[in-house]
Amino acid sequence: MLRYTFKRLLSLLISLAIASLVIFMVIEVAPGDPASFMLGINAQEDTLAALRAELGLDQSKLQRYLGWVGGMVQGDFGTSYQYRTPVSQMIADRLWVSLPLALYALALSTLIAFPAGIYAASRRGKAGDIGVMGATQIGVAIPNFWFAMMLVLIFAINLRWFSAGGFAGWDKGAFAALKSLTLPAIALALPQAAILARVMRSALLDVLGEDFMRTARAKGLTKGQALRRHGLRNAMIPVLTILGLQFSFLLAGGIIIEQVFYLPGLGRLIFQSISARDLIVVESVTMLLVFAVIVVNFAVDLAYAAVDPRLRART
Amino acid sequence: MSRTLILGGVLSALMVLAALVSFVWTPFEHTAMDIPAKLQTPNATHWFGTDHFGRDMFSMIMVGARTSIAVAFVAVGIGIGLGVPLGLWAAARQGGWVDEIIMRGNDLIFAFPSLVIAILITAIFGAGAINAIIAIGIFNIPVFARVTRGGALPLWAREFIMAARVAGKGPARISVEHILPNIANLLIVQATIQFSLGILAEAALSYVGLGAQPPTPSWGRMLADAQTLVSIAPHMALVPGFAIIITVLGLNLLGDGLRDALDPRLRVARV
Repeated sequence: MLRYTFKRLLSLLISLAIASLVIFMVIEVAPGDPASFMLGINAQEDTLAALRAELGLDQSKLQRYLGWVGGMVQGDFGTSYQYRTPVSQMIADRLWVSLPLALYALALSTLIAFPAGIYAASRRGKAGDIGVMGATQIGVAIPNFWFAMMLVLIFAINLRWFSAGGFAGWDKGAFAALKSLTLPAIALALPQAAILARVMRSALLDVLGEDFMRTARAKGLTKGQALRRHGLRNAMIPVLTILGLQFSFLLAGGIIIEQVFYLPGLGRLIFQSISARDLIVVESVTMLLVFAVIVVNFAVDLAYAAVDPRLRART
Repeated sequence: MSRTLILGGVLSALMVLAALVSFVWTPFEHTAMDIPAKLQTPNATHWFGTDHFGRDMFSMIMVGARTSIAVAFVAVGIGIGLGVPLGLWAAARQGGWVDEIIMRGNDLIFAFPSLVIAILITAIFGAGAINAIIAIGIFNIPVFARVTRGGALPLWAREFIMAARVAGKGPARISVEHILPNIANLLIVQATIQFSLGILAEAALSYVGLGAQPPTPSWGRMLADAQTLVSIAPHMALVPGFAIIITVLGLNLLGDGLRDALDPRLRVARV
């Protein structure tokens, strides 16, 4: 296990290094000079030069890359060109919206998908199965931002149960905050739940054909008992992978949904920073999201290896 | 033929047809504004209603199908054009350093949140259909590389490949002449799935203003226009939304149906 962990950790670090390099280079070739963007078209050349020096833009590319990565390792994400505040602080504020939103959506997605997948698998080929599978086909075809608009139309504009957008803030209490995240979370969760339910169903169907399930039935367990005691646990491996992927997707996928609901999360931060040429913020938020995805996948890999010793030997 | 295949085929064909017909005929000029006729709900003259400029939504949907299909089609083309050769190469050098580099590179691209990067690319290099295609296409490369490699690996152990090797064919020739035809089924199915994902991605990018630019109509931008008017003119959001859903649903069903029809061995539940 230790050897496996070490190997995976090494590949994690390499991935992070390459990812940071790619992001840095993409931002580097971006047209538009942040200094002239901030000072406007009438800025004097020496003022521009002074600002560039202050922002560290006059250093060599290598120095800037190393400075950026070195800072991030220590939790210093640089200073926003636009607001002159530490990027880490801006990210921390926004994370309090994006992270709960992703977790909320993940919880909803699991709550819908697990029962639906288990139900479909247990009624394989019957009307219930066909109904659930048909619903998931439509679920994966719905763009989540369109679904979000429909939710706003029905529950905010017509029924007035929720507000159409904006975030109440955690200082108004957890209930108010969660309430303002409910519609966005549903919009994010539904298409993901459709995928998850399909994975759950097919994983269970694979397991149901296994010899140990027949043994479990032969020793007198009912279909339901065998499914709960032996089936679910074995079906969890593919389901866990998808869950891991979905969490990172939900965190990053919130970008569009945050636009629909005017939520002050990481997604809006990225959009605002891109249009203001506040590249250091764009760079750092992107890196953070990539970091989250890579680390979650790493954790999922380790979780498997802990659950299933066969996987340790394979890689 | 299964019902899935027929339904998927009909829905997909419907959209392709709409796109093709739009080159020669639309009920109205899709850019023609008619302010007195704005925000009409679907009726006999304007089958899908009109938008806030009085433009005919049916015509816009038809021309928008063109944009969606073109973007997704080229993006899938990029994925196949680069991903398939990489996957074939990796499989031919299984376990070697080429294989290792290609597969690790794949993992790396997979690790990037595709939507964030697509937004980054289009935002930095300029919004527009071309950059949207590139942004979506990049993420198709690892998908096709993986499917190709996965399909090719078991083939390399088969007798007919051995025979080809004994006959003196090199790895490149074997890949093209024997491996590729045998994994074509897999690739066709994957292409339909990526096509539908491409349409969703294009809609999302256009929705946030980073896809095709005006006056090129696109379903995503129609939704963006509808957002502020959704309470007074819900049809403005419903019409393009249904267009996207029907297209994506059709392509997904087509993919499922094709998989079953092309290769019974692949009849595993699709996720």
